[in-house]
Amino acid sequence: MQADSLSFIFLNTVLANNFVLAMFLGLCPFLGVSGKLSTAIPMGLATLFVMLVSSVSAYGVNLLLVALDIEFLRLIAYIAIIASAVQLVEMSLKKYSPALFRSLGIFLPLITTNCAILGLALFQTFRDYNFAQSVTYALGAGTGFILAIALMAGLREKLVLSKLPTVTQGAALSLMLGGLLSLSFMGFAGLGGAH
Amino acid sequence: MSRRTDNRITWETFSEGLWKENPVFVMLLGMCPVLAVTNSAINALAMGLATTFVLVASGALVSLLRSFIPKQVRIATYIVIIATFVTMVDYVIQAISLDLYNALGAFIQLIVVNCIILGRAEAYASKHRPLKSIVNALGMGTGFTFALLCLGVVREVLGSGSLFGISLFGDHFQPWVVMVLPAGGFIVLGAWLLLFDWLKQRQALPQEEKAHAG
Amino acid sequence: MNTESAQVQQPSTPASHIIAVLTGIAMISGFLVVLTSQLTAPFIAENQRIAIEAAVTRVIPGSVSHKEFILSDDGLKPAEKGAEGQRIYAGYDASGKLLGVAAKAAAQGYGGMIYLLYGYDPACECIRGIKVLKMAETPGLGDKIIKDPDFQANFDRLDARLDPSHMALLHPIVTVKHGSKKEAWEVDAISGATISSKAVGKALNRSAQSLLPRLLPLIGELEVAGK
Repeated sequence: MQADSLSFIFLNTVLANNFVLAMFLGLCPFLGVSGKLSTAIPMGLATLFVMLVSSVSAYGVNLLLVALDIEFLRLIAYIAIIASAVQLVEMSLKKYSPALFRSLGIFLPLITTNCAILGLALFQTFRDYNFAQSVTYALGAGTGFILAIALMAGLREKLVLSKLPTVTQGAALSLMLGGLLSLSFMGFAGLGGAH
Repeated sequence: MSRRTDNRITWETFSEGLWKENPVFVMLLGMCPVLAVTNSAINALAMGLATTFVLVASGALVSLLRSFIPKQVRIATYIVIIATFVTMVDYVIQAISLDLYNALGAFIQLIVVNCIILGRAEAYASKHRPLKSIVNALGMGTGFTFALLCLGVVREVLGSGSLFGISLFGDHFQPWVVMVLPAGGFIVLGAWLLLFDWLKQRQALPQEEKAHAG
Repeated sequence: MNTESAQVQQPSTPASHIIAVLTGIAMISGFLVVLTSQLTAPFIAENQRIAIEAAVTRVIPGSVSHKEFILSDDGLKPAEKGAEGQRIYAGYDASGKLLGVAAKAAAQGYGGMIYLLYGYDPACECIRGIKVLKMAETPGLGDKIIKDPDFQANFDRLDARLDPSHMALLHPIVTVKHGSKKEAWEVDAISGATISSKAVGKALNRSAQSLLPRLLPLIGELEVAGK
């Protein structure tokens, strides 16, 4: 597989360079909302959705910034469009799909401060991705986020049933679990590199 | 209301960020940079200093402008202020050292979404005088830098066998590479948290026993 | 929903005030950003120049001075601001003899783009060294492309001869599986870092294929420029 083909970008972002487990982006929701599968998956879906919207907008805005030669405003512009993208998604969901809004709505404001979104926008710019590559990258990042948060929630649901020393019941345990997940995802590191 | 207008700056103003409300070990905020850039001590130190600068500068500006900023748009305003200082730090680090800039990568710009900074602007700087906000932000920044260094030192010593780039063990040392890899970040932070929780529990135990005895 | 209730609670702030404050903040922030970018620009340029200087010295072994040129369809020009074309660096020894030419190459690696500088020696028609300028490869695996001595040895004399038509390389530069390098134009991959190694080979091949056919007819000009 070529390193800039779409399928490579997708698989690489989902598994080998998973946003949460390898790049440490989006840790707050990963640690905070991964208690139960029933909340983790809607959170993941909402994040995927916002990632797609902001990736497309960031691509457009960057073209504009480069054309006007004002790249030093990139960060401010990105954070502004992400905040507005979240607002826009929230409003349109409310209007056109109230059912979906009820299940995703409470997570949307949280996503604005999810560094995975800004990270996605910045990385796709730094890597000079074209439009199709950017969208694939966003899709892969979102899917990888859902995968990571769902795995974590599954593990934590099982852990509730087991007896643990009191000192380990807290964030420390979640982090250790995250470490083990990350370690197992390293197994994907050769993906696409084999002949 | 009387507490809000309490203008005295005490040791407490500074020190709460160091230990009692340490942003990383106690409040678990700003985890992305904590794990991502702490694969060496020098990166950890640079990231800590950059974050401290943004914390202090945005805290000062938010505090100065606190009576002008309308409630409805306060978050947007804070984010613009923070993004401004982050962009400045980004340029300054590029001017200081390209190697450092390349090592930290996009994580300098990701300081914008570090929840500590927005959190302190909202919870502290918007309610206190500039000087007090600055002192508090300095404390928080120091606490954050301290936490980053805790991780960076452990990960660099175990993972690369060096400290601040200086080799410690000589050539026969087989580095524990997993420590500088992402998985090591999670595990080292988890271990630090375990240690602190355990210490806290041990401190609490004698007090409980006393309470029972009394 | 929160914003709605906040607006209901505080109808006192007029829109004009909000706009005034936001404009004010935007002006302050714009001023600070522009000021910083202007103030730091010379330092950043200087840092980049030092980094390039060090890299050129490394990829053209023995060179003590260099000159920057812009290669475009109109031929060679001394590097100036705003000139269009590809930037190349000619390295000379103390007596002004041309030792080699360095140019930048880039390719998509494992964790992002890999940018590198490579030195071409017209005397042996080969690549004499590479220096990674910027990359985001995995620590402990992909980042071996920077330091791994066996990998660096690939570029001691990497064959980059042109074919008889002088339009392309005689043998394209390819990265081969670790331990299977047989020919002088092959790059032996690092085991466990195949993608990163391949990216380096690809970057070199792509850049050399397009640069060398245009550069070789002009080598004479570069030699004269050193005197």
